[in-house]
Amino acid sequence: MHEISLATALIDLVHEQAAAARARRVTRLVLEIGTLSHVDAHALRFAVDAAALGGPAEGATLEIQEPEGTAYCLDCETSVAISARGAPCPRCGGVKLLVQSGDEMRLKEMEVV
Amino acid sequence: MCSTCGCGQGEKGVEDISHHHTHEHANGAHSHEHEHDHAHEHSHTHSDGTTHSHSHSHAPGHAHAHEHAHDHPLDAAAGAGATRLLSVERDILARNDAIAAENRRDLQATKTLALNLVSSPGSGKTALLVETLKRIGDKYPVAVIEGDQETTADADRIRATGVPAIQINTGKGCHLDADMVRTAMSRLGTPANGALFIENVGNLVCPAGFDLGEAHKVVIVSVTEGEDKPLKYSGMFAASALMVVTKTDLLPHLDFDVDRLIDNARRINPTIGVLKLSAKTGEGMDRWLHWLETARALRLATD
Repeated sequence: MHEISLATALIDLVHEQAAAARARRVTRLVLEIGTLSHVDAHALRFAVDAAALGGPAEGATLEIQEPEGTAYCLDCETSVAISARGAPCPRCGGVKLLVQSGDEMRLKEMEVV
Repeated sequence: MCSTCGCGQGEKGVEDISHHHTHEHANGAHSHEHEHDHAHEHSHTHSDGTTHSHSHSHAPGHAHAHEHAHDHPLDAAAGAGATRLLSVERDILARNDAIAAENRRDLQATKTLALNLVSSPGSGKTALLVETLKRIGDKYPVAVIEGDQETTADADRIRATGVPAIQINTGKGCHLDADMVRTAMSRLGTPANGALFIENVGNLVCPAGFDLGEAHKVVIVSVTEGEDKPLKYSGMFAASALMVVTKTDLLPHLDFDVDRLIDNARRINPTIGVLKLSAKTGEGMDRWLHWLETARALRLATD
């Protein structure tokens, strides 16, 4: 996944939200990056720090929540938790799984001054 | 820089087809002109009574976080350093998704079937496209948007078939985004009741996350690649409606196990369709043309 594009889009969104809330500085960002989203959290941190330079979110603490994925197993007809796409069903070992969640890339909340 | 593929922002541009050359900007922060820029007027009155005003424009992606060097009394009254928690709950790519939705609406209005063709470099996307366009001929109108980091070579190959095409150069960027495609669509036009093929940058990672407004993503894999590609690059196979296996004429010379490739693709996406073909010998091309015709019929039949 393209962390620089994501970081730029995130900081644009943060600036927009900060301006709307008449905030002068952003001190903390809480992101939700699903484990199936193919985003490397380490690379994202680096890119967000760089994208925030010179703006109100410079130096903001970045908190990344990484919820695990959920999928529906077509073999045992159950919703199960999975850690990677292509991983077998942890319940029955089946490999026909429809991913239901885990590819989120969201800005959940931000702390501003 | 993208740690996965090393891409960053560089010189980009959507080809100006009226002149047939690429239009590049020195500043890579915004890839192209926006028609919806807006201007701000500012005026200042100085103590000596003179007033001057100036205006400047911002691209829509520009954030409006103006830093003020002075404190407003209101802020001070609210309490300096008062920390607030804002609940946002917005997708990071919301802006891309919103533009993709506009593209999708426009394509729906003209009943155009748009396909986003994704693959590794060298899978034979352009060769397949050239052969496909020849076979579609005059049956229905088609147009092509070509994405590459550099050169107009692919768009030139498409135009040689007589089909309108436009090149998007992404510079060091590794994928097309909805805004680039929107600009290309406005310059190229969308073929009414026909098909728009969008050939993405050769890359199995980054284009998966960027909706362009297409009806379907079609992932193309050649038999000279590995059978484990769907497991290694699962995001793309999860996002695609169809997998086209190309260069099947080479199978007798290779140890490639097509069934294993298909099993792996279905493991990532149990509902993915599969077609095997060779653009060179024409084997399997009829089924691909039939798939296109069916997808187009669905587009025509539904609002």
